[in-house]
Amino acid sequence: MSQTNRLQGGQIDRSKVLNFTFDGKAFQGYQGDTLASALLANGVRLMGRSFKYHRPRGPISSGSEEPNAIVELRSGARQEPNTRATIAELFEGLSAKSQNHVGSLKFDFLAVNDRLASFFAAGFYYKTFMWPKAFWEKLYEPMIRRAAGLGSLSMQTDPDAYDKGFLHCDLLVIGAGPSGLAAALTAARSGARVILADEDFAPGGRLNAETFTLGNTSGAEWAQAAVAELSAMPNVRILTRTVVIGAFDHGIYGALERVSDHLPVPSEGKPRQILWRIYSSRAVLAAGATERPIAFRNNDRPGIMMAGALRAYVNRWAATPGKSVAVFTNNDDGLRTASDLIAKGVKVSAVIDSRADGPAFSGAEHLRGAVVTDALGRLGLHSVKVKLASGEIRQIPCEALGVSGGWNPNVHLTCHQRGLPVWNADLAAFVPGSLPPGMVVAGAANGEFSTAAALASGAKAAAGALDALGLSAAPADLPQAEDAPTRVSPLWYVPHKGRAWLDQQNDVTVKDVKLAHQEGFRSVEHLKRYTTMGMATDQGKTSNIGGLAVMAEMTGKSIPDTGTTIYRPPYTPVPIGAFAGRSAGADFRPKRLTPSHKWAAEQGAVFVEVGMWLRAQWLPRQGETHWRQSVDREVAATRGSVGICDVTTLGKIDVQGPDAAEFLNRIYCNPFAKLPVGKVRYGLMLREDGMAMDDGTTARLAEDHFVTTTTTANAVGVYRHMEFCRQCLWPDLDVQIISTTEAWAQFSVAGPNARKLLQKIVDPEYDISNEAFPYMGCGEITVCGGLRARLFRISFSGELAYEIAVPTRYGDGLVRAMMEAGREFDAVVYGTEALGVMRIEKGHAAGNELNGTTSALNLGMGGMVNKKKDSIGSTLSEREGMNAADALNLVGFEPVDRSKTLLGGMHFINRGAPADAKNDQGYMTSVAFSPSLGHSVGLGFLKNGAARKGEVIRAVNPLANEEVEVKVVSAHFVDPEGERLRG
Amino acid sequence: MAEHRLKPITPLGGDTSRKDTFQGVTITEVVDTALASLSARASQAAEFRAAAPKFFGFDLPAPARSASGGDYTAIWTGPEQWFIEAPFATHEDIARIVKQGFGDAASVTEQTDGWGRFDLEGPRVRKVFEILSNLDLEKLPSGGASRTVIEHLGCILVCREAGARYSVYGPRSSAASLHHALVTAAKAAL
Repeated sequence: MSQTNRLQGGQIDRSKVLNFTFDGKAFQGYQGDTLASALLANGVRLMGRSFKYHRPRGPISSGSEEPNAIVELRSGARQEPNTRATIAELFEGLSAKSQNHVGSLKFDFLAVNDRLASFFAAGFYYKTFMWPKAFWEKLYEPMIRRAAGLGSLSMQTDPDAYDKGFLHCDLLVIGAGPSGLAAALTAARSGARVILADEDFAPGGRLNAETFTLGNTSGAEWAQAAVAELSAMPNVRILTRTVVIGAFDHGIYGALERVSDHLPVPSEGKPRQILWRIYSSRAVLAAGATERPIAFRNNDRPGIMMAGALRAYVNRWAATPGKSVAVFTNNDDGLRTASDLIAKGVKVSAVIDSRADGPAFSGAEHLRGAVVTDALGRLGLHSVKVKLASGEIRQIPCEALGVSGGWNPNVHLTCHQRGLPVWNADLAAFVPGSLPPGMVVAGAANGEFSTAAALASGAKAAAGALDALGLSAAPADLPQAEDAPTRVSPLWYVPHKGRAWLDQQNDVTVKDVKLAHQEGFRSVEHLKRYTTMGMATDQGKTSNIGGLAVMAEMTGKSIPDTGTTIYRPPYTPVPIGAFAGRSAGADFRPKRLTPSHKWAAEQGAVFVEVGMWLRAQWLPRQGETHWRQSVDREVAATRGSVGICDVTTLGKIDVQGPDAAEFLNRIYCNPFAKLPVGKVRYGLMLREDGMAMDDGTTARLAEDHFVTTTTTANAVGVYRHMEFCRQCLWPDLDVQIISTTEAWAQFSVAGPNARKLLQKIVDPEYDISNEAFPYMGCGEITVCGGLRARLFRISFSGELAYEIAVPTRYGDGLVRAMMEAGREFDAVVYGTEALGVMRIEKGHAAGNELNGTTSALNLGMGGMVNKKKDSIGSTLSEREGMNAADALNLVGFEPVDRSKTLLGGMHFINRGAPADAKNDQGYMTSVAFSPSLGHSVGLGFLKNGAARKGEVIRAVNPLANEEVEVKVVSAHFVDPEGERLRG
Repeated sequence: MAEHRLKPITPLGGDTSRKDTFQGVTITEVVDTALASLSARASQAAEFRAAAPKFFGFDLPAPARSASGGDYTAIWTGPEQWFIEAPFATHEDIARIVKQGFGDAASVTEQTDGWGRFDLEGPRVRKVFEILSNLDLEKLPSGGASRTVIEHLGCILVCREAGARYSVYGPRSSAASLHHALVTAAKAAL
């Protein structure tokens, strides 16, 4: 069987034969085909199984509104479920599979659901799977998911890339049918920047599907000529295969361009899809209209489709779904399908026109005042039952039926900002109501259905939009085109006791809507949730209006009073990958590399993510098999001789100006006004509510110049806070700030040999002896023969320590130079683990303690809040609740049994008391194995902890049922008097 | 500057600047520019205004603009704040040099190594930016400058020649990520 249903003509390239498979069977189609058109041409009508009842289904549309012909495309990692065969472009080698069946497409075992339909009415699972409760998660839900699937995932990583992009225009034209092309031509000829977007690969909209002429040419030819003219203009961007998915604030539209979906594999480096954000001054919505079905018994048989779609298959793709076709219509447009079919040589069995008084039709038997009551042919239509005007029932053989219930303007984007469509009784359809700012609607989307009206309204809409932008458009030169009136007599469903399908994607019938009404779910929003009508990939484009018409009939309200559900973006489904763009996997977010990263990587450092930074966590040496060996060695070497650590990640903020000292005095709770030039001071910053915000050191390089450091985690937050204070709280202060975090490579050099090492680096004219450069000194120096640098005598480890900074490009050179200079001292570079161990041994607070819930008093720094001046948080830190006698104090802990390890997050409970929240005494914030002491140590907050030193309590972990007896000690485990750092 | 013995590396970690060539666009890591921030001190606004043309030989640019003359280019970066570019070879200590020109009328901070600079040049360069930045480059004239987010990073984009040559300044520590994004975008767009 080869393309048995292919007709003459069409806009397909018969010189390019494309091989493809469907459910493993080989077929051929042509360039220009969609998967659906090629299958129809090959005599395949059955393309899928329905969601709930597993009923056999074929395509009902030729566009993105398709509810039935939902297939899995491709295989392996590129397998994509839930794609619409009606818009999937055929390419050589395409493999497609039908989905949602157990067994074959023709013999689906789960079709038993259809026999049990009376048990599966709307809301059945709310009622049926109530008990036993435990069965829901383990049994019912997996069972329902398996039965009611929408295709399957490959469970492999998507090998394709997606981009996100940004476009700008004066006028965005959404849709390249007659009205969109007229709008684009009008605007483009005026010189405006125009973007024309269309979801199809061939612009033209219905012009490609119809046989009308525009002037002397066919519609399709006119569209091609218009596109050719637009393509040649530098001010026009044509986006084909692009769906505008949403209308957002300020003229911003989202659009998904399917760049490579029509190719077997995207070209090297090219994305599969691009999610565009389009910034427009004005937009013309020319999105056309969607034909709606008429529901009748078994109206979901494969072979039954919208009359307009049938016409499109025949005219554009030269593919007919059957050798003999009937048409069922309530409006004039359906008659057009019959005449086009006849012109193509397809036998039209009958035209069933629900209108007794509609226009006459010749060329086929015209049954006026008749309706289709039933369709026969489970896997493919073979005949319909028609109730004639006389009441007589007649069976008419046909392999396909084109149904037209009228057309609904595609108002979706007009409603994305909560605009409501309004009912037009003449068209029996909703048309756009209030619009998003800057949008105008043209053509069929505005209910102007004739080609002449579409062209004129497109041109007029563009001219109006340009006028509002101060651009003038020349009068449009529009061709002569058909201008038939719209004559429709509303008919939503043919009453019958059988099941008539409203929403074929969700298997919702007229009966289900009636059941929803009976059970009280009468608002359209409730109707949607109760029956699932209008959900899933098609978002009810062909079904919603029918459902609410039935509901209107039940409630006795009019259709406009019943209203529509809210329209939300996206207009058509968007792969999650497109929303992610390139931010996936290792590129999920940018990384920040320290100045010594290259050197550390050469050493085989193990890196850890610290925010966006990658920091060396430890640097293993040969023979070390456990991280503790590396970390213990790094600590011991630093405390024993000298260690170097890249501390560039700490935030650095340059604070300058005549009021810089006063500014810092207000930012920090402790005083800075009198800090001498050449000195560094530790500062604690409070939030407005009195809680600790951040800490760090501030160096005064000149009377009007400070460099403040922050914690790594809060570098951005503190800078933002300081900018807020500067700009909003104290604009009268003459102070300027800027981040210099990245500009300087900064290293801590710590340990008893730190000075000796640095004396080999710092140029000899700078005296860094203890006398000349004491603890908390700072200065601008030169190193390594004249490079400008900064030196700070500060210590986080508790050792004799310095921090030395050079311009970042020299950081790599400096670490290499220091390691060379430190060779005689067995210098090491230590990572963040050793840094953490040493600060815990020293009792210095870090992020674990500055956790947003702790005050200066909690941290043991209550005395730092200077009351001789005002500073942020000072007053509110006096609140009674923050100064209770049993307030938490930061203290140290060591296990009574020295072999025990401690765990961060453990809670403290007194001996003998139950381990519950009522008896909670505080919590452990930081723990480490101290190589210096040979056992685990911890820092934590304990109620009235400062007065409880020596007491033995329990550290408990109720989650794992663990507990360790700990002794309360000073937080300063190593060198409590601070002699080393002053040495 | 004195001849010291430390060897610099580029933002991408190389010994020399990197250049990537695509059809119609080149992406170059620029390492020969010194950079400083210049902020006016409110208490000496008049002195600041007088010093600027005297020192640079041109008026400081208005918002969203840059201005050039002699060795210097000034880029507006915020209210009463500019970034000053000059050749690295002659102005490595740029902050000290500019500070001398303004004295107490300005706060000057070295920014050279706070940033990595990439120049994108070529007739198709705007296409690359379409998938990088939401700036409307057709409306950014030669000499235009703006903050923009590229690859989640706060960047400064300077239009050297409209439609043909642009500089992107991004945080130096993320230069590798930024470069990856630029190159990936060029491959995708060109």
